[in-house]
Amino acid sequence: MVGARRAAAMSAARDAIFGRVRTSLGRTVINTEDRAVLEARLTGRKRGPIPARTALDTHPLIDLFVDMAAAADSTIERVADGGAVPAALSDFLARYNLGSDIRMAPDPWLDTIPWAGRPTLTITRGASDGSDDVGVTAAFAAIAETGTLMLLSGPDSPTTLNFLPDNHIVVLRASQVMAAYEDGWDALRDSGAMPRTVNFITGPSRTGDIEQKILLGAHGPRRLHIILIEDAR
Amino acid sequence: MESTSRNFNANVRAALANDALQSALGKIESGFVANRANAAPRLPEFDALRDQARDIKDHILDNLDFYLEAFEARVLESGGQVHWASSAADARAAILDICRSVDARTVTKGKSMIAEEIGLNDFLEENGIEPVETDLGEYIIQLRKEPPSHIIAPAIHLVKEQIEEAFRGAHEGMFDSGRSLEEPRALLEEARAVLRQRFLDADVGITGANFLIAATGSTVIVTNEGNGDLTQTLPKIHIVIASLEKVVPTLEDTSTLLRVLARSATGQEFTSYTTFSNGPRRNGDPDGPEQFHVVLLDNGRSEMLGGPVRDVLRCIRCGACMNHCPVYGAVGGHSYGWVYPGPIGAVLTPTLLGLDEGRHLPNASTFCGRCESVCPVRIPLLSLMRHHREQAFEDKLSPAAERTGLGVWAFFARHPALYRFATGLAMRALAWAGRKQGRFSTLPFAGGWTAHRDLPAPQGDTFQRQWSARGGRRR
Ligand code: SF4
Repeated sequence: MVGARRAAAMSAARDAIFGRVRTSLGRTVINTEDRAVLEARLTGRKRGPIPARTALDTHPLIDLFVDMAAAADSTIERVADGGAVPAALSDFLARYNLGSDIRMAPDPWLDTIPWAGRPTLTITRGASDGSDDVGVTAAFAAIAETGTLMLLSGPDSPTTLNFLPDNHIVVLRASQVMAAYEDGWDALRDSGAMPRTVNFITGPSRTGDIEQKILLGAHGPRRLHIILIEDAR
Repeated sequence: MESTSRNFNANVRAALANDALQSALGKIESGFVANRANAAPRLPEFDALRDQARDIKDHILDNLDFYLEAFEARVLESGGQVHWASSAADARAAILDICRSVDARTVTKGKSMIAEEIGLNDFLEENGIEPVETDLGEYIIQLRKEPPSHIIAPAIHLVKEQIEEAFRGAHEGMFDSGRSLEEPRALLEEARAVLRQRFLDADVGITGANFLIAATGSTVIVTNEGNGDLTQTLPKIHIVIASLEKVVPTLEDTSTLLRVLARSATGQEFTSYTTFSNGPRRNGDPDGPEQFHVVLLDNGRSEMLGGPVRDVLRCIRCGACMNHCPVYGAVGGHSYGWVYPGPIGAVLTPTLLGLDEGRHLPNASTFCGRCESVCPVRIPLLSLMRHHREQAFEDKLSPAAERTGLGVWAFFARHPALYRFATGLAMRALAWAGRKQGRFSTLPFAGGWTAHRDLPAPQGDTFQRQWSARGGRRR
């Protein structure tokens, strides 16, 4: 931990910085009225312009999510119900010759999928240490505007699964699709506090650092595959 | 980072003669520029969002003290620590202290312009800590021991043959020496393999921040590679380094800024990974850092806030101004001599390092205005550059010939009759002198110009006289 000397220097630096900022702003304190306005703005959830492309009914909105996710190089398989997820996963593994070892988030919702019907899958649960080819997670929400997945860290949802395995498979329900980022924030705040990490994920990892040529699979997943359960009415 | 901005003219000469650089720069128009041009019309709200982004940033600057306090309080609430640094030296010392507290040997780094600004890598090395850049572009230039040449594409000045050369040198003994590295894919796979192990071994991860959110105490990074996430998730300690003006009020404001950032930078609808971090690992979390530190750097910003270039603090570091700058496209980022190239650098460098060091940069502009027209937060880059030019003139920093020349021109501009008479005389004299060859290959006072091309001899009359002879109207 930092020593007492450094702590004192740090608090002197803090005072000096606030002193200079306030000199530049021409004030020494923020008056009560202004402060109340600013506090209200901080908690007010006021939105900027929301792209009109997301003003859609449920099913077209889900289609928009699917289109935008595909445009960002995600692959998507739409299945009728949770019962069809294990077969969809097996198909994906077979398509890329990925063996049958799966590292899966310990999310209780994923337990509702009948994995036992596919005894060929070897599923372990927990965070990734970098040795896994395939990671399977759920998501908190999906944002149609740009085909973005919203994942929250927590005991059931290790962040390493989103980045270390070469293949990231997300099992999503169509009823989780929302229009804009702001809808995701509202849902998050209504459900509790900010988690340690919120990941907005839009397609697999990529780089353009070699002669501006876009290549997929930089440091994170080479593939992002979404299995979408059509549960929306 | 050591500045060479005062050597701008020499830097430019070298850049123009560098064939590899010219070939690399030639790809910007068909890359970044075309991508942005395609992205903008896909979002009809783009211009409204830019207005909103500008207004949000102005509002933040008006209330920077409030939002910094709020941000600090939220970070502390989520179990993180905040370190205030007035200067680059303060920030380096704070980071070193944190690294030493866990006897760190290697530090992985996500891309951070602030880390460049404070010269972090050299400092860590001097103190026995190995910094490992993990953004592919940053990794490449770290191997080549050179600074970034672009704020979002640090290795944009290189062609793949140069990257191959760097990898063959740095990775010697790690791979078969007969391997092919001709394809960009092969280069990427090799870097991925090397860096994967570095991610897993690092003691500390340092990232920058695109935004700091006052309402939630979140720090936000935006990457395409996922390197920033591996940098901040795997080691015991995550350090975020950011400058004061990165603070943003709310998640909604951040969403607006994110909408304009990706499109302006790479022309993407959205960047692959946008990550919001709130403190260290929580009870029950299976992964994540045990400590979370935010180092907040001033380094001149608090004073800029009350000065004539305040608007530049709106910058969200998208890089669009340099992508669209014809001068940047001709001379590349290294010519500018310091951390921030292109139009944004032409405003920032003289402000942060002084006009004495940076006065050439605001002159390195054709004032075509392309930078301003694409800036997502509508920074008046031209008037800010003009401000520096005027200041340099007033401070008598520009060379005597330039000052005398401008003085002479100003005299004639105030005396139009004399101007017409003198230019008429000069044109007739030049026409007479150049009547044999029809051109001049050298001219007194114009050696800089005629060194690279000939001046055609005038046809004997001034523009103004020809203009009035034609009735003063375009036909
Ligand atoms: S000045 Fe504007 S265009 Fe240039 S990097 Fe900053 S935000 Fe982008």
